[in-house]
Amino acid sequence: MTTSIAKTLLNQRNEILQEWLRQQLVAENLRADLISEAELRTDSDRFLNVLIDAVQSGNFSKIESPEYQPVLELLGRFSRSRGLQGFTPSETATFVFSLKQPLFSALRKSGGNDPGELVENMWAADLLLDKLGLYTTEAYQQSREEVIRRQQEEMLELSTPVVQLWEGIVALPLIGTLDSARTSVVMESLLQTIVDTRSELAIIDITGVPTVDTLVAQHLLKTVAAARLMGADCIISGIRPQIAQTMVHLQIDLSAVTTKATMAEALRFALKRSGKATLDIVKNLSPQQ
Amino acid sequence: MGDFLLVTIQVDMHDQLASALQDDLTNKIAKVNAKGVLIDISSLDIVDSFIGRMLANTSAMARVLDAQTVVVGMQPAVAITLVELGLNLSGVHTALDVEKGMEMLRRHIGITELDGDTSASD
Repeated sequence: MTTSIAKTLLNQRNEILQEWLRQQLVAENLRADLISEAELRTDSDRFLNVLIDAVQSGNFSKIESPEYQPVLELLGRFSRSRGLQGFTPSETATFVFSLKQPLFSALRKSGGNDPGELVENMWAADLLLDKLGLYTTEAYQQSREEVIRRQQEEMLELSTPVVQLWEGIVALPLIGTLDSARTSVVMESLLQTIVDTRSELAIIDITGVPTVDTLVAQHLLKTVAAARLMGADCIISGIRPQIAQTMVHLQIDLSAVTTKATMAEALRFALKRSGKATLDIVKNLSPQQ
Repeated sequence: MGDFLLVTIQVDMHDQLASALQDDLTNKIAKVNAKGVLIDISSLDIVDSFIGRMLANTSAMARVLDAQTVVVGMQPAVAITLVELGLNLSGVHTALDVEKGMEMLRRHIGITELDGDTSASD
């Protein structure tokens, strides 16, 4: 019985396409600002082509089967590009759902005599289009998630710059909350920079870290320990008064680490320790002299 | 090299090799009366807890024989692994490369000798 759908699609292809396009163009949720008529035409044409090819197999229920592979691929591409253009998921799915009406009227015109068969055909076509529509939503969602994931990764990279302050001194200004994933990125980039610049001192500035709990402190201590293993000393700077209080209340032991209140203080200490700066510079840097 | 011994680890360490190294090193320290030991692990990129402990132990043994140990050139990945394993090697001195390790040893030994000569003048 489903073969009659395939036949109808094949025979009345042009009428269906025209009707479909007409409806898409007059539909109230048409985004004329985002997609041109010509683009819509080629998209619809292409979709109808692959759909006709797929339904010739007589398979109407399993869209996972290989015959539907081109259809799914095409829909995936549409949803991705439309997602990027700024369509909403329902607008994207409507592209598929709007095919129902022209297809049903075509079926009615051609099927004719047996109402039972007509209803069955419609039901099969309806199910198929529903599945395809849902698939576009899924693909849309996926592409959005990909974007989010990529942005997350980029932010991770962005948020952990290691800068060389002086010969032999690197600084790592931390901004935002530290979690394990970020700590490992931070640790790796810090250690790599230590190797690359042959720095013996690293200043970890936590001015931009909003809260420090035991977990964050543990991550910090791990980073310090790893840097020490490589032969570099760490100074933690930018500990705000509230954070200092919290740390003591949480009984976090930072006695093994040099800590300074501000980055400037840490840098002065580092310069003195490395003995690289001339006495004048150190003098000018310290306010009490 | 003067009062210092330089150990370069260039192959993947397995447990027997590590123990053999420990034997050799302690014997050698005693024989040449070395004051400092540099262990260069810059070409080591895989460690396990055994190697980590071996490093700590070797350093402790050398200290008993009156030699300072400096582990130099640890790779970032190795450092991260050791920290994740909970091995902080707290008794071991570390330096970025052989040059800096040597500097460190000289400073250390200089200080101890100076202390011995002037007997605690600080």
